[in-house]
Amino acid sequence: MATTELSPLQLGPVLATFERRPDVLISLLQAVQASLGYLPPDAMGAVARHARVPRSRVYGVASFYSQFRFNPAGRRRVAVCRGTACHVSGARMILEELERTLGIAEGQTTEDREYSLETVACIGCCGLSPCLSVNDEVSAKLTPKKVRKQFRAAKKSAPR
Amino acid sequence: MMSDFEQVQQSAREAWEDLGTGGVPVVTVGTATCGRSAGALNTLASLREEAAGHGLACRFVEVGCLGPCYAEPLVTVQRAGDATVCFAAVDKLGARKIADYLAGGELPGEYVFATMGAARVPGVPDLMETPMMKGQVRRVLRNCGVIDPADIQHSLARGAYAGLQRALELGPEERIEVLERSGLRGRGGAGFGVSRKWAFCIEAPGDTKYVVCNADEGDPGAFMNRSLLEGDPHAVLEGMIIAGLTVGAAEGYIYCRAEYPLALERLGVAIGQAEELGLLGPDALGPGRPFRIRVKEGAGAFVCGEETALIASLEGRRGMPRPRPPFPAVSGLWGCPTIINNVETLASVGLIFRNGADWYAEYGTESSKGTKTFALVGNVLRPGLVEVPLGTTLRQMIFDIGGGVSGKHRFKAVQTGGPSGGCLPEEQLDIPVDYESLQAAGTIMGSGGIVVMDERTCMVDFARYFLDFAVDESCGKCGPCRLGTWQLLRILEDITQGKGTAADIDLLEELGHNIMRGSLCGLGTSAPNPVLSTLRYFRDEYVAHVESQTCPALACRDYIAYQIDVDACTGCTVCAGLCPVEGISGARKDVHHIDEAVCTKCGVCSNSCAFGAVLTVNRVDLEPQT
Ligand SMILES: Cc1cc2nc3c(=O)[nH]c(=O)nc-3n(C[C@H](O)[C@H](O)[C@H](O)COP(=O)(O)O)c2cc1C
Ligand code: FES
Repeated sequence: MATTELSPLQLGPVLATFERRPDVLISLLQAVQASLGYLPPDAMGAVARHARVPRSRVYGVASFYSQFRFNPAGRRRVAVCRGTACHVSGARMILEELERTLGIAEGQTTEDREYSLETVACIGCCGLSPCLSVNDEVSAKLTPKKVRKQFRAAKKSAPR
Repeated sequence: MMSDFEQVQQSAREAWEDLGTGGVPVVTVGTATCGRSAGALNTLASLREEAAGHGLACRFVEVGCLGPCYAEPLVTVQRAGDATVCFAAVDKLGARKIADYLAGGELPGEYVFATMGAARVPGVPDLMETPMMKGQVRRVLRNCGVIDPADIQHSLARGAYAGLQRALELGPEERIEVLERSGLRGRGGAGFGVSRKWAFCIEAPGDTKYVVCNADEGDPGAFMNRSLLEGDPHAVLEGMIIAGLTVGAAEGYIYCRAEYPLALERLGVAIGQAEELGLLGPDALGPGRPFRIRVKEGAGAFVCGEETALIASLEGRRGMPRPRPPFPAVSGLWGCPTIINNVETLASVGLIFRNGADWYAEYGTESSKGTKTFALVGNVLRPGLVEVPLGTTLRQMIFDIGGGVSGKHRFKAVQTGGPSGGCLPEEQLDIPVDYESLQAAGTIMGSGGIVVMDERTCMVDFARYFLDFAVDESCGKCGPCRLGTWQLLRILEDITQGKGTAADIDLLEELGHNIMRGSLCGLGTSAPNPVLSTLRYFRDEYVAHVESQTCPALACRDYIAYQIDVDACTGCTVCAGLCPVEGISGARKDVHHIDEAVCTKCGVCSNSCAFGAVLTVNRVDLEPQT
């Protein structure tokens, strides 16, 4: 997913590929988030106008689905799986190790906007649990030690 | 519809056969999401590099997931005159050794997993004779890990769309009759008869009808649908086209969760290729009878797997379920009659039409016919994707196929059916896996997730985990689910945090039953299952928490303490260095000491000790340290 910044005013080309109907709302929000990395207020307004629905409906839909975010994510979106298979094979320790290594809590982004840390319901690699993904690339069969190694570079730069 | 289907199929078959017998060796690498997470793309790159280094011409084919996830990355080598060999856990070194083998060197025994096909290598088992594959019958998964899912020719050569051709020759009643005789029931959870659902949709008045494939696969711990979509997307498309043909729909939607980027990509490619061949498009179901398939991405809401919520989401709204009836088969997408079926259900349809209802029904039990895919995961030795005849026992699945519990721990429980299901203890493992038997035991078949737990999982905490999920995912429309699950969670948290009472246990039961009775959709009516089933089989663990202030699994942090085993500690200082709260003291080579007053029970010390010198104990049993 691209996280390059694009001003909400530049959304025109993204919106133009969608019909101006309410039922495209979710796909529209997904496309906007794919190009901006998140859904800023201006973009919500633009989406509402394009889909010909009130802003409240756009917020209603966007806030219902966990995929949508209203704050920018880090350049590397670290998502720890909290699915059942990962849970019974130690996902909690993996998450805590990351919180310590990155110096942020679940749901937060590092100050330099390099990393954000979130959890997901299941990545679908349950046979190789526990796992996490960084911008959709999955690492599997994790241990706290492997996590420390994988994110060692982050630790150096993390604000303590 | 393709007028020249047989010709196209024939040429695909010939190309498929040439693939293995041509002069160039064929190297396949399993690059489904699971393979990739184990490093399959790096393995593929290394293989290409090493082969080029030897000046070898090879044909590299990316395939889906063969099933034994624990052995990823999997590589097979097929060469004229030699047995086809499957290699497991192929890393950079393995890639080099395989290339050496291809260049005339020795077979790298340490990487050899099995052979495939008729030719054998002494001392190496055939793939279907390896312990994990032996009890399996691979029908729905027959192409996964075998064909290139991005090449429709491979699918055609292996029989794709032949079921559709058969279905096109039959009349509407005959099609329903085939499905009825097959006994196929929905694989998404509820197990509703497919022939009945489709018949309802045929009878429902209306000219516009829809077919929807439910690829939301929201159950955490389950990945059967992902593997199928990534490994054999045409099987699903074929089922949808047959559904469209049968009920008279011209449009189909696949609602696939956004967390499956590769599945989404493969579906896009497959639809494009099917369109090119005219299998989809303006004349798909006959001259002037169109059928098109569109893919819609989910946006991360578990409840959208529920069929009425899924429809709301397809219409661009919040994914809130609505009361049924009317059922979607009568009033679904845009108020039109709509068939909603799971990925695996639809993938079975093509097989049934191609091979016949009797062929399909030769496996299974009286009421649950055919085979079913399961994601066997958790604390099991050989986790992966398996397909077995319905009626196979849980014990066979966990111990024969899965190899039992991993490590030196003992089996404790198995959870089936995801957040809507329940946990069963060892004594229940001999029940056959079919819709009715599982339900009678207090759990459900669900979509096919089987999570194995060893003695380190606390069943109270496990129930709490699922309720946490239910509270998160409850859409909030009905009170019993929104408020009831929240209360259940609070009570479970009390118990896991040392604040529970004996009365809480009864309250859990009472509240659980009321939520089941009062909720609007399947999420609420099944959310108490994890609590009620653990209360049924593991009540003593609940009692231990509230009465003797102990967590028998030594998992709940408020009950436990870490303690150094003075005889085992070597004073290596590793734990002291890693402790995030600097709560461990002790000079190098001296026995260390954990300060209970600052310890947060994060478990880093016990996890990192190479000598097993950090013991976990119940706090009430804590020995005073000197
Ligand atoms: C909360 C909830 C979540 C569900 N999630 C899924 C799912 O992820 N995939 C699925 O196929 N069915 C799911 N279902 C079942 C569907 O509502 C529906 O029964 C199914 O898609 C019908 O297809 P089938 O008859 O082929 O199984 C879910 C049901 C509920 C109540
Ligand atoms: S449970 Fe973690 S990937 Fe499925």
